[in-house]
Amino acid sequence: MATASHAHDDGHGHDGHHDHKPGFVARWLFSTNHKDIGTLYIIFSILAGLIGGGLSILMRMELQSPGMQYFADGQMWNAVVSAHGLIMVFFVVMPALIGGFGNWFVPIMIGAPDMAFPRLNNISFWLLVPAFLLLGGSMFVGQGAGAGWTIYPPLSTDTYQTGPAMDMALFALHLAGASSILGAANFITTILNMRAPGMTLHKMPLFVWAMLVTAFLLLLAVPVLGGAITMLITDRNFGTAFFKPDGGGDPVLFQHLFWFFGHPEVYIMILPGFGIISHILSTFSRKPIFGYLGMAYAMVAIGAVGFVVWAHHMFTSGIDVDTRAYFMAATMVIAVPTGIKIFSWIATMWGGSIRLDTPMLFAIGFIFLFTMGGVTGVVLANAGITQILHNTYYVVAHFHYVLSLGAVYSIFAGFYYWIGKMSGRQYPEFWGKVHFWMFFIGANVTFFPQHFLGAQGMPRRYGDYPDALHGWNMVSSIGSYISAASVLVFLYVVWRTFTSKEQLPANYWGEGATTLEWQVSSPPPFHTFEDLPRVR
Amino acid sequence: MRVSNGLRRGLAVMGTALGRRLAGVMAAVAAFLIALPAPAQEARPMVGEPHAWAMGLQEAGGPVKEAIHDFNQLVLYIIIVITVFVAGLLGWCMYRYREAKNPTPSRTSHHTVLEVAWTVLPVLILLVIAIPSFRLIYYQDRVPGADLTINVQGRQWYWHYAYPDHGNFAFDSYPVPEDQLPADQRHLYRLAVDNPLVVPVGANVRVITTGQDVIHSFFVPSLGVQKYTIPGRTLETWFRADRPGTFYGQCNQICGQNHWFMPIVVRAVPQAEFQAWAAEARTRFAREDGTPTEPAPAIAAAPDDTTRMAEARR
Repeated sequence: MATASHAHDDGHGHDGHHDHKPGFVARWLFSTNHKDIGTLYIIFSILAGLIGGGLSILMRMELQSPGMQYFADGQMWNAVVSAHGLIMVFFVVMPALIGGFGNWFVPIMIGAPDMAFPRLNNISFWLLVPAFLLLGGSMFVGQGAGAGWTIYPPLSTDTYQTGPAMDMALFALHLAGASSILGAANFITTILNMRAPGMTLHKMPLFVWAMLVTAFLLLLAVPVLGGAITMLITDRNFGTAFFKPDGGGDPVLFQHLFWFFGHPEVYIMILPGFGIISHILSTFSRKPIFGYLGMAYAMVAIGAVGFVVWAHHMFTSGIDVDTRAYFMAATMVIAVPTGIKIFSWIATMWGGSIRLDTPMLFAIGFIFLFTMGGVTGVVLANAGITQILHNTYYVVAHFHYVLSLGAVYSIFAGFYYWIGKMSGRQYPEFWGKVHFWMFFIGANVTFFPQHFLGAQGMPRRYGDYPDALHGWNMVSSIGSYISAASVLVFLYVVWRTFTSKEQLPANYWGEGATTLEWQVSSPPPFHTFEDLPRVR
Repeated sequence: MRVSNGLRRGLAVMGTALGRRLAGVMAAVAAFLIALPAPAQEARPMVGEPHAWAMGLQEAGGPVKEAIHDFNQLVLYIIIVITVFVAGLLGWCMYRYREAKNPTPSRTSHHTVLEVAWTVLPVLILLVIAIPSFRLIYYQDRVPGADLTINVQGRQWYWHYAYPDHGNFAFDSYPVPEDQLPADQRHLYRLAVDNPLVVPVGANVRVITTGQDVIHSFFVPSLGVQKYTIPGRTLETWFRADRPGTFYGQCNQICGQNHWFMPIVVRAVPQAEFQAWAAEARTRFAREDGTPTEPAPAIAAAPDDTTRMAEARR
């Protein structure tokens, strides 16, 4: 980040801003500047990603062959599985897409000088750091918190997860949740009140639409998680029995509350990516986005329907068959707005003049892989099939195709698209492409065979499995090592970018890039707009 | 929906209900791979278990799983077509509209007919999926006339089974450690148990699941059955094994440190053999309520009737 700010010094002088930057401590620890906070979020996300991804490599090493190789016991395994899930969701994908790119580009794209509540923004970021430390620490305290990222009671109650590890994980979720809620309030206020003159809602860039919908989902969903884990904490520590059957409580109630949060959460992770992909496709096809209004309202529809499908995660929890029928139908409905998005993206490319730079490769990769994850989602929506696929590796493959290959691809796409804007430096194109192809091959080799494992009935969260499942597990592990190697290439790309001497102009992608961030210098001045831009 | 004996399907079904979302070549490979271990004829007892390098669903041992296979086949073809279609469009765009070939981009950003089409067509496709899907879940939900009931309870980390219709005897089913398995069954490590669940072939088995400690999931892929066992709740599901054989399953809800070491084995045996087993089990295992079992409790007459009914239905 020091490099980034240094790069900025050479870059801003031309526009006559009074760019008075505070000293290091005031700038980075007490930061109220949306771009600096965005930078902090992105660095945080990369560090958390290395840890969360490292855990997944540990898991794949263990699963490469039957028998227990590296893990001492099942509880340790369960703690690592749980930490991997929670870290990736709360500390990698969300900080990168929402805190990182959202903070950086929402104010610029709507022509606002900063976020509505800059100090709140600072709190949002700094709540995340202790949250991450608590969650990471929980792996090393006592026996760890080994109840899966879904933390279903009774397994997550004090009887079965003794000691403070689970409480630390729950507190981490509370802090991360508070961070998200504050951030969401900030985004909603900013987007609804601080748009530049002329920037009506229907002229807003799609990334801003995506962030607006995401912020509403966060605001409505995360408090429900907060309530559920508060009840879990009091069950564990203060003698209540909300979820304990022996005290009259109901474990299934927790599942309802968790998934009322959990399902919108998956859209929270993917919607900002939808926005980024739209911008990139438009830029590299040199064409305006196809069906802008349809794209915006498809996201609104996905967000709205996303709140009424939660029990499709609970098809084997004994909910009534009529209820299952409803949740099945509602879930399938989501395929319609998602289809609109996929086809509008393709129509954006259609007739364009397409340049296949690294961001575009990631964007096209995203569309294809998200489609694959989407169609397996249609399979899983059917409660009849889910009767034998629920909780199997088929589900693991499905959600990694939409998250590890969907959301993470959109993060990399956004990174390559905007790193020049954020740092003023050019990334090495060749190594970016190497990164893309290695990651594309690695991730597919990792996750495609998991469909077969799931179809053969391999349950998820297994540290050991029958001999018959050895083959595909071995292939999957090899794929994960290729992905891990691609991360090293990515780190090399980052290093090359920040040591590059090449200074980028304001709009280095050319005429296809039309949103406001391409009209300010690269990197933008410390205070982006001293006079509000006018939008025709 | 599909209550008839499904044997007539045989290899064709096995071969086709597979390889989820694979293009043609891959599917052919998968057909070959999965067809190999599939049981050829009725006479030989079948084994429902995972197979090395298999890509599709495990073989079907009963009508519920067969119905799942039929439906899955429909959905599988649809999603393969969609994926190939999207991939084709993307590939075409990258080729036809690359900068070198198409230097001047069009400015088209709306096309009402297209937009309506790609909204309505997915709706129609979903309807094609939804109608059989609804039939399937109502078929799976409950058995109209159960021939016997079995109570299943998941416990950390073994299964507890009770037979209320046959003298209410109950027993625990533990996994077998690797060194106690015969050499030719070593590959069944993490699947084999000491006391399997025994059911009569062709009988509709009502499964009542209850929980004791944490949530587990009673999951036997080849019989198409899965239900959580939740403390404080009583849930119902059913299955039927149409062929004698052994069907393996595993706990499918994270339940603590031995989550992957509480397998399930269901043995389907002919009626007579089942009766003999039940009579022996009544003496070998205690009653569910803890009192010693009678050699021949009065209630033992009842299952004979119900199994005769099952026999008649076959």
